[in-house]
Amino acid sequence: MRAPVNKIIPLSVVDGPGNRTSVFLQKCNIACAYCHNPETQRMCTGCGICVEKCPVQALSLVQEKGRDLEGLPVIWDEKKCVQCDTCIRVCPYFSSPKIHLMEVEEVFSEIKKNLPFIRGITVSGGECTLYPEFLTELFTQVRAEGLTCYIDSNGCVDFSRYPDLMDVCDKVMLDVKAWDENVFYSLTRSSNETVKKNLIYLAKRHQLEEVRIVCLEPEVDVEAVIRGIAGSVREHLDDFTLKLIAFRSHGVRTALKDKEMPSGEQMEKWRGIAVNCGFSNIRIV
Amino acid sequence: MSTAFEVVTSKGLTYEQKVVALAHAAENSLDVLDIPEKTRHYMETGAICDLDEGHAPYRPRYIMPDYEKAVREGCQFLRLEPPKDLDELLSFLMIFYRHVPSITSYPVFLGNIDKLIEPFLDGVSDEEAAKKIKLFLIYLDRTITDGFCHANLGPEETRAGKIILTLEKDLQNAVPNLTLKYDPDITPDAYAELALYTSLYCANPAICNHRMHKDTYGDYGISSCYNILPIGGGSYTLTRIVLPRLAKEADSREHFLKELLPDCLRHMGDYMNERIRFLVERSNFFESSFLSREGFIDREKFLAMFGVVGLAECTNMLMDDKNKTYGHDADADDLAEEIMNVIAQYAENSEALYSEIFHGHFALHAQVGIDSDHGITSGVRIPVGAEPDSMFDHLRHSARFHKFFPTGCADIFSFDPTGRNNPAAVLDIVKGAFKLGDKYISFYASDSDLVRITGYLVKRSDMEHYYKGEAVLQNTVYLGGDNYRNAHLENRKVRSSN
Repeated sequence: MRAPVNKIIPLSVVDGPGNRTSVFLQKCNIACAYCHNPETQRMCTGCGICVEKCPVQALSLVQEKGRDLEGLPVIWDEKKCVQCDTCIRVCPYFSSPKIHLMEVEEVFSEIKKNLPFIRGITVSGGECTLYPEFLTELFTQVRAEGLTCYIDSNGCVDFSRYPDLMDVCDKVMLDVKAWDENVFYSLTRSSNETVKKNLIYLAKRHQLEEVRIVCLEPEVDVEAVIRGIAGSVREHLDDFTLKLIAFRSHGVRTALKDKEMPSGEQMEKWRGIAVNCGFSNIRIV
Repeated sequence: MSTAFEVVTSKGLTYEQKVVALAHAAENSLDVLDIPEKTRHYMETGAICDLDEGHAPYRPRYIMPDYEKAVREGCQFLRLEPPKDLDELLSFLMIFYRHVPSITSYPVFLGNIDKLIEPFLDGVSDEEAAKKIKLFLIYLDRTITDGFCHANLGPEETRAGKIILTLEKDLQNAVPNLTLKYDPDITPDAYAELALYTSLYCANPAICNHRMHKDTYGDYGISSCYNILPIGGGSYTLTRIVLPRLAKEADSREHFLKELLPDCLRHMGDYMNERIRFLVERSNFFESSFLSREGFIDREKFLAMFGVVGLAECTNMLMDDKNKTYGHDADADDLAEEIMNVIAQYAENSEALYSEIFHGHFALHAQVGIDSDHGITSGVRIPVGAEPDSMFDHLRHSARFHKFFPTGCADIFSFDPTGRNNPAAVLDIVKGAFKLGDKYISFYASDSDLVRITGYLVKRSDMEHYYKGEAVLQNTVYLGGDNYRNAHLENRKVRSSN
């Protein structure tokens, strides 16, 4: 079984507890205005714009059309590539030609190279839960090595539909991007009904590692999200970390790219609200 | 080497530094060591380097007093009763440290400082203890003006250790250098994480693989630039073989391995014995020092550190294919191991004088280099700027070469400041490295003022003063300032996510 892998980071100190290997799968089911890595959002269409713009001819088009998961339309020569990211900048479809379709075993063997320095893996994206069977198989193998398996998700795929995956997944790091459905829609072009359902489902199963809010007003109804989460999973607030992330414009390609990050003072105000709502583990980053 | 006149009239030295330099010049006016012609040859080429220890050894290079005994029994010579409370203890130590010599004239080892303090914390609040210990730490930093001074923590968690770590983060002191002895079975994760978190603010403490060192001689301490030495003893001397300077003389790889290297090792060993002989038999150090007379040190617990430096450059010089380099190529690493095996065999089969604690042998040490080294990498490290992309590959390589060195071998990593938010991740890396056999590891944050040079700490801001020609408090700022520039430490690869 294969999945499109955007990137594997062998040593990550920012994707859950301890040192972890992070695997980023390609393709997302929403399109956040503040997305930091928009090139992970969609699969390559094979339009060929990046092939023309590549300064070192590291890209070429596959001749036959109509490829999706069976193969990628652009061939990326890693040896020639100088990692200038021109391809990513010129792509009009929020994609990247620098993707590998990898078998579970291939990803697993990349992970094993990082033993004994890591305590687990975190799979992110894009949206990794678009590949539930791949994750189930990967996690089953990785756990046999004594490592923990985390999912980093926007929560727009219903976790309860994949009980096999949830049985081999240790914890989830869940984004709750907005509380009001209109606010959520404006930000992501999607609905947050499933996110709210997942929040409760995961909290009850004690599978929440952290719940994250990217703080940016007025694009995000930060206070409403804090209150909304607290109201929905009141009895589980000690189980997970509430991470308040100050918006940063790095990598953002939409109209938000020139927005400033909220002040430290503002972040502290939100922390205060979270404290009042009963959260015990709050982190500002 | 400066003349006495240059020392006396220098604008860039403090009074104290002038006194030490003049004493050194006086010692060097003597000619008491019997040095054969061939040894002189190797010293002239720089293949054998005695680190400018001086021409007439009159104190051991590193002294590791048994401070626990001193605190327990008091000291007659210094007219000190055993301390009874925290104030008395800190005063006792401040006085005692003042009288512990070393090659630098300052104490290089301050003991297991947490364990010395811990029994005196009963009934003392954290706040009160922190205030007193803070003054004590400031006193050490401002009076022991030498970055080679080293104090130890752990492996057990202690209140004293926690207080020291918390204070150090804010004090930003270069002295003392601190090392946490770490054993995952003894040291709680939270305590080790506090240590690593602290190190990402002030480059202190470094982490020592306790399991791999605890049985080397029994009770051990870490002094100076991570020298692992017996408590109650120390090291007479540290002479080093500068491998790339020797390799320059080689006609071929064969010639180097079979003739040149064994010959140079033999001459170096003989030279070290000559130093030991003078120190033990002629200098009257052990006869006159109160440390020895009152049993805080014991001559039989001293050994001699046999330094090795520049394995990377030496290996690269001897490789026929210049694209195959140390740390990146299996053939190069195999050759490096072959070189190390020749050295290890010499150490195992030769006789070191008065070295009962190490079974009469020389103890190998991965010497970290000195300020005047150009293009010579510390011990068996991979050259700065040529580190493998993967930190994990780097650590695997280290484990392969650390095994040769009982008296210290270490790596230094510049780490991305994001590590401060996740010290548990840094601890995972340490655990993995120690499991594979790495012996000692240290981190500093890439944005930190305090940086680890080769083993000791220096502030970047102090180096700036030195570069302007101003006198600075700690003599290691001069050494560090030169080393930082000569070894291009600004190019040390920053380890982080990605």
